[in-house]
Amino acid sequence: MSLLITRGLVVDPARNLEQELDLLLENGKIAALEPSGAIPRKGRRVVKADGLVVAPGLIDMHVHLREPGEEYKETIETGARAAVRGGFTGVACMPNTRPVNDSSSVTRFILDQAKEAGLARVYPVAAISVGSHGENLSEYGDLKAAGAVALSDDGRPVMNPLLMRRALEYAKTFDLPLLLHCEDLNLRADGVMHEGRVSLELGLKGIPAAAEEVMVFRDLELARLTRGRVHIMHVSTRGSVALIRRAKAQGLKVTAETAPHYFTLTEEAVRGYNTNAKVNPPLRTAADLVAIKEGLRDGTLDAIASDHAPHGPLEKDVEFSEAAFGLIGLETSLGLNLKLVHEGVISLMQAVALLSTHPARILGVPGGTLAVGAPADVTLIDLNREWTVDVNTFASKSRNCPFDGWTLKGRAVMTIVGGKIVSSEQ
Amino acid sequence: MEFRRKDLLGIAELEPGEILHILDTAASLKEISTRAIKKVPTLRGKTVVTMFYEPSTRTRMSFEIAAKRLSADTLNLTVAASSAVKGETLEDTAHNLEAMEPDILIIRHPASGAPHFLAKRLRCGVINAGDGIHEHPTQALLDLLTIREAKGRLSGLKVAIVGDILHSRVARSNIHALTKLGSRVTVAGPATLIPPYLETLGVEVTYSLEEAVRGADVIMMLRIQLERMGQMFFSTLREYSTYFGLGLRHLKLAKEDVIVMHPGPMNRGVEISPEVADGVHSVILQQVANGVAVRMALLYLMVGGEKE
Repeated sequence: MSLLITRGLVVDPARNLEQELDLLLENGKIAALEPSGAIPRKGRRVVKADGLVVAPGLIDMHVHLREPGEEYKETIETGARAAVRGGFTGVACMPNTRPVNDSSSVTRFILDQAKEAGLARVYPVAAISVGSHGENLSEYGDLKAAGAVALSDDGRPVMNPLLMRRALEYAKTFDLPLLLHCEDLNLRADGVMHEGRVSLELGLKGIPAAAEEVMVFRDLELARLTRGRVHIMHVSTRGSVALIRRAKAQGLKVTAETAPHYFTLTEEAVRGYNTNAKVNPPLRTAADLVAIKEGLRDGTLDAIASDHAPHGPLEKDVEFSEAAFGLIGLETSLGLNLKLVHEGVISLMQAVALLSTHPARILGVPGGTLAVGAPADVTLIDLNREWTVDVNTFASKSRNCPFDGWTLKGRAVMTIVGGKIVSSEQ
Repeated sequence: MEFRRKDLLGIAELEPGEILHILDTAASLKEISTRAIKKVPTLRGKTVVTMFYEPSTRTRMSFEIAAKRLSADTLNLTVAASSAVKGETLEDTAHNLEAMEPDILIIRHPASGAPHFLAKRLRCGVINAGDGIHEHPTQALLDLLTIREAKGRLSGLKVAIVGDILHSRVARSNIHALTKLGSRVTVAGPATLIPPYLETLGVEVTYSLEEAVRGADVIMMLRIQLERMGQMFFSTLREYSTYFGLGLRHLKLAKEDVIVMHPGPMNRGVEISPEVADGVHSVILQQVANGVAVRMALLYLMVGGEKE
């Protein structure tokens, strides 16, 4: 099987490359990258990429696929289909399934289901503590051997700092990164949206920015203490960006991600008690949004991940305070990220780094580059294609998307995993 | 000015003219309640449904009396008797209610925004009778009617609102109403019970009861819920009462003709001393009487009258 992608604008942040080239995929690997016309076309399937961006396969390092346990919201297959539709060749799935992914058997089950689906690569993230109860460490060695790429407590943060210290140290033994959901649960209490002017007006209980920031500070200090691999997930506040920027300036080896909704929406989106805008961490203020963009521009934030969190009408067509936190993002993420490129906030090269090169590096998984020998995971992007978000056309099983009806500019037109075209609009 | 809304969800979205129109209508309907036969046929054949997901005596009774004086048929759903305990969702409840073709639905619910949720899904009008810690618009309207009767105006007054502002839908609705109509509102309470950003609503914030009531035309006391102690909002009732309980000595700091209000039910001896509650400045029972008038006015405007 041989695939030749011709005359596309190849963008590879790993080698600081942005040039019109032909790309040859063979036997599941990148086989050659040459000036247009240099690679013979004969006997090869040719994909014309004139006017398109050819990027290393995008990796969404933070999604919820809901299987096992909540298959009515999403399955590994539907989630993987939503991923490739959105241009993602790989996704890292969080362990808050039922049962929690805290054992090698659940990890292997996820990988088996992903293999059967044969769409995106699925990288299981395992739980930091048994059952995510915050009491005992799970079996990091076994989990890694089974295929887990990282550890996380997403949605159920470890409140005990001693356990977090031990987790960071124990994970070093197996060279696994910890992906941290930074939130002080006591301070959040029964808050349901950002604590600010809008929560006051709507009479909804608030989650102060400090609930995130005190935990970002704690975990950065624990990273300093343990020299463990800390990655801060879904950064949403100006204060968190400042803390991470300072830690990096001090030489701490930490990384961080944000999600498209934190640089696109503010607390205002909740008005009308819109449960699709109920997400944790909550949508913040305009000043936070500006700080997130600046963090992306100056490299304080390393990655953008969607925090794709499918929920059904049972969780969302209810009173706001009763509704589940979370929104889906796999099929809108790229379009919202390209909005930043069109607005001049970040360059195209930066966008690809945030969505591919850096996530691959942080997770320690193959890909994130188009260097010869790398996996043949490629995303073809039409930067200028305008399209309207319509949740009814989504591959995801769920519809909880606050961007329904938005017009976005730019989308993936072909997604290739291991040299195989898994999604195509051509 | 007319009132042509399908729903009354909050004071925040009302124009000052709409508020005054409701008050004028209420004032003109008040006389009905003084007749020997307290009933007019205005809403004959109309169905008013009240749905209360929280305990309430006076608000529900007040709506029911208002509806009956206008000859509407009333139907009361309370949580204990409804399907809510069987786990029916608000969405399903809404559709079931719709099938019974009510003309208006009055809802009280512990979740802020629950009336908005129903209003979006129902063809009939919805009146918010208190949602979570968001709004209680009919309480604010009856408070305004009471203030206007006592003071002859609603602008240029100094109004103190005292107590648990954070959890009070009465405070939110009154703040919106009074500031819209040109009065000056000062709120007072322990800092734990004053929500952040409150000053963005155009009110003054103080932690001193004395300062709040100084020169006040109106003092509005809020009920302090005893369970707030266990939630770390204040230390003891004794201390709360010492610093935020309204006594006769405070009234000397206010205007001579100050009126004292309370939405009820009162904790006598906690946020308000019995001497003040029963004293000459108290208009607490007028508030209750005006509650019926304001609710009659709303039912008349929304179900009967102008739209038909």
